[in-house]
Amino acid sequence: MAGDTQTVSGYIVHHLTNLTYGKLPAGYHRHDGSTVGEGGAWVMAHGGDEAAAMGFTAIHVDSMIWSIGLGIFFCWFFRRMAKKASADTPSGALNAVEMIVGFVDNTVRDSFHGRNPLVAPLALTVFVWVFLMNLMDLIPVDLIPHTLALLGVEYQKIVPSTDPNITMGMAVGVFILMLYYSITVKGFGFVKELTLNPFNHPVFIPVNLFMEVVGLLAKPFSLGLRLFGNMYAGEMIFILIAALFSAGIAWLVPAGLMQVGWAIFHILIITLQAFIFMVLTIVYLSMAHEDH
Amino acid sequence: MELIYVAAAIMMGLGGLGAAIGVGLLGGKLIEGSARQPELAPKLQTTFFLGAGLVDAIPIIGVGIAMYLIFVVAG
Repeated sequence: MAGDTQTVSGYIVHHLTNLTYGKLPAGYHRHDGSTVGEGGAWVMAHGGDEAAAMGFTAIHVDSMIWSIGLGIFFCWFFRRMAKKASADTPSGALNAVEMIVGFVDNTVRDSFHGRNPLVAPLALTVFVWVFLMNLMDLIPVDLIPHTLALLGVEYQKIVPSTDPNITMGMAVGVFILMLYYSITVKGFGFVKELTLNPFNHPVFIPVNLFMEVVGLLAKPFSLGLRLFGNMYAGEMIFILIAALFSAGIAWLVPAGLMQVGWAIFHILIITLQAFIFMVLTIVYLSMAHEDH
Repeated sequence: MELIYVAAAIMMGLGGLGAAIGVGLLGGKLIEGSARQPELAPKLQTTFFLGAGLVDAIPIIGVGIAMYLIFVVAG
């Protein structure tokens, strides 16, 4: 494991591999020399290459646990606040929750031009959930992975939004909602919008269709990758600064200052990316509801 | 294999160039707008942050992929 002579890139790559559980194909030679028997084996991967060999069946256990755990925490916390809401003794947490709900409500009110009771709660969930996932990035890089490594858990990526599967999964979820509402609200209008939009003449249908479909697919793709890119780059810089600490005692103060500086700037990035993800979700859903 | 570093550098550099110009323009327009109508400043600022977030979406994705290239592919 990352004990003996450990290079910087080894440290970095170690911090970038997820805890993966999946099915190794039969006849695969594992790290510890054993070969997987017939019919493959459901096993925890010991390294990036084994995780790659698992292919489609690989499940990022750590991203799943952290994201679902944060989702449950969000639901529990907001539900407790809603139940305990009392006007006479507002606690600090209650004010914070009210502020967030009010902020999301205003944003939905002025950028969503349809009548759908689902959009405001969806926007609140997306905003707070993505914010909580991004917030994990501020926890010092080695705190949780190393303590878990001592307990025998080899790999750990605690920030779910640095895992493209999570961000693209959410983006595809929004995309499915977009298609569903486009079809239910606009019906045939949606097909007409895709085929006749820029050039309103039947002979241009292939050109229109191509341009509109590319535009439609670019939305979830950029939505998911934007969050992933920001968080991945942010976490990479945290890891690089952490690796800088190994460069000797002279680097202690500069690296510490850089860590604090980047963490403070990263607070803005975290909230901004959660806000943008929410606003774009609202805007895409309101475009799906527009009925010319 | 050494070309990967050049590729990553180009990705980050050009992306950064585009984002810098974009956000610079946005910032200029924000200042102009709030100077012309100070009471709109908060609303302009929200729109500025939204725009800035959208402008540097692609460059940041470029940075993410470039860092992946540097550390995972060539690491």
